[in-house]
Amino acid sequence: MWQELYAELKDKSFMVVAVAEESRGADHARPWIDQAKSDYWQLIDTEHRLDDLYNLVNVPQAIWIDEQGRIVRPPETAGSTDHFRRMDLKTRTMSPKDQDERLAARQAYMDAVRAWVTTGKHALPANAARANLPKVTPEIAESRARFRLGVWLRTNGRAVEGDKQMAEASRLHPDSWSLWRQAADLDEVGKAGGPDFWKRVQALGDKPYYPPAKL
Amino acid sequence: MTKILTPTAEHDVAVRDGLWMSPVDAERVTGWTLKPEGMCRADLCVPLPESAVGTNEVDVAAFWTKLGGPVIASDQRDVWALGAPADERNAALEGLEAPDFTLPDVNGVPRSLSQLRGKKVFLATWASW
Repeated sequence: MWQELYAELKDKSFMVVAVAEESRGADHARPWIDQAKSDYWQLIDTEHRLDDLYNLVNVPQAIWIDEQGRIVRPPETAGSTDHFRRMDLKTRTMSPKDQDERLAARQAYMDAVRAWVTTGKHALPANAARANLPKVTPEIAESRARFRLGVWLRTNGRAVEGDKQMAEASRLHPDSWSLWRQAADLDEVGKAGGPDFWKRVQALGDKPYYPPAKL
Repeated sequence: MTKILTPTAEHDVAVRDGLWMSPVDAERVTGWTLKPEGMCRADLCVPLPESAVGTNEVDVAAFWTKLGGPVIASDQRDVWALGAPADERNAALEGLEAPDFTLPDVNGVPRSLSQLRGKKVFLATWASW
């Protein structure tokens, strides 16, 4: 998804690190990675370690890190939009207008990354970066531990017990789509985008599924 | 042997009554060392109640709870997860130094964020689901 951007900017001291939050492991992610024909890093995160370290709640989210290893933009939606919520579920298509808007938003986000790499634009000063960090609560911390245990139990043939831990993780951290969708996918491939998913999306009401990056 | 999962590792440890274990194992699992002052890492010591220390053993569940980290056990209490304390995660992020991690690439080669120092890094997640 980021290859065009990377190819254009790789000579400017720039790197893309794409991390697959994929508890089913590398082989499950491989077809998408092969298709991306990328030469940046494609990493596999079976335990969602990145979600734990950076307090992430969905995919795709991105963090911008400068040459000194400092966060200059905290986690935010990486160019995706909520247009999919209006799609026709029977035909799985969006209106031409929504498709255009969706592409334009993605393009605007890519342009922001370009501008950052070439001019430094959009990098936030420390106080603003700090103010935009989502806070880790004790409930979130517990949900991470339960998810980790759940993935281990699942991977070791203890699905029922694992699912119980994952359900509790999701209850403790209801804002995390990654926890819920990964658990659904482990139960059955495809379930993460099934009827239960759409019910959860509908229940958001006016709240965004992908809060737009404030660029 | 009991399996203990920490945010970055897996350990097989001999324990009794929950997570009572030898100080050597406690250090291996938590990175904290048992001293007369409590459990210590670098200059920092967390005092432990007498009830959490025995003869050549320490109650890691009690220590971890004191630290503010979640301690979760499987139904059979044969697999445990020690989670990072919320305060520790918040402090790390508020420092704005991007937390380092090592993850395998699709062919199993380990890669660390810190290898990319000197470059701007666009770190992005995705998933098949």
